[in-house]
Amino acid sequence: MASQKEIFVAFFRSGILGFGGGPSAIPLVKKEVVDTFQMMTDEEFAEVLAIGNTLPGPIITKMAGYIGYRTGGWIGLINALIASVLPTVLLMILFLAALKQLKDFDFVKGMTNGVVPVVTVMLGLLTWDFLKKSKKSLGWKAGGFIFAASFAGMFVIGLHPGVIIAILFLAALLLPAKKEGKDE
Amino acid sequence: MIYLQLFWAFFYPGILGYGGGPASIPLIEHEVVDKYGWMTTAEFSEALALGNSLPGPIATKMAGCIGYEVGGIFGAMVALFATVGPSLLAMLVLLNILYRYRQSPRVKRLSGFVLPAIAVLLAEMTFDFMKTSLDIIGLLATMLLIAGAYVALEKLKIHPVFVVMTGLAIGGIFL
Repeated sequence: MASQKEIFVAFFRSGILGFGGGPSAIPLVKKEVVDTFQMMTDEEFAEVLAIGNTLPGPIITKMAGYIGYRTGGWIGLINALIASVLPTVLLMILFLAALKQLKDFDFVKGMTNGVVPVVTVMLGLLTWDFLKKSKKSLGWKAGGFIFAASFAGMFVIGLHPGVIIAILFLAALLLPAKKEGKDE
Repeated sequence: MIYLQLFWAFFYPGILGYGGGPASIPLIEHEVVDKYGWMTTAEFSEALALGNSLPGPIATKMAGCIGYEVGGIFGAMVALFATVGPSLLAMLVLLNILYRYRQSPRVKRLSGFVLPAIAVLLAEMTFDFMKTSLDIIGLLATMLLIAGAYVALEKLKIHPVFVVMTGLAIGGIFL
């Protein structure tokens, strides 16, 4: 059992120091949880992370909630969630409100325009990142096929993205699987 | 009523986004910009730029600030709960089952199967943003800024905070 203070510190630090969204902060969480506070072993952490990745949704909050619960009960769960989420949400609301206040100045209007292309590049890189991840887990052929099929489903047939994700989810569970897993 | 809409708008991205918070961003945009019209693409991109320059998980930052804009403090709480709650609950409830089947090739390939669809969504969103940029600042400025941001982020590995700040400054002065 870890103390609530340790839980808070572990997730506060990994939340406030991690840039680039949750997945890129996972090594920071591991450092706090495994090395600094020894709430779980390396292997346990890897196992929980692998399980977390089979589920949808933000990974940091799944990890924080689960580890908080395991080491500090329900209060630990709430504590870890607040520590990992709240500080940066408050920062975000503050900054955005400040920007809104200055909205009528020409300089600020121009600022918004200048940042759209930057975000475009960030999204492009994120897209590339997900393509690489797809290739790593499925190979070019299967990955490319699912990419093309999802594209056609969304833009030719006009299906809601959720429907496509649900179909892929079922396909992963129901289609026959080769006996030998990829990395065995 | 607005709270129910906020819940659904963040519930879907939370249970459909495979690959962590960043994967749910295009799904959030779909709900917030296209479906409910709470923000324009440019406003969304401004929030996303700010979110990317601040530390911490991105999905919850977006949920918190959009929820707050749309429905005040209670709105922020609803959006945050919808983002975090369902997937965390699934994790707590299904952990034992998933643990038992963690070596099963079917369970292992779950996220792999969904990743290409997420890539399609991200690609669509990238094009959306590029179109918006072309609309508001034209071809030349868009191309220059995209090229500059690409070199800075990918080749020179400059921290996103500084790239966003430079984009803001250039925009403020020239655009």
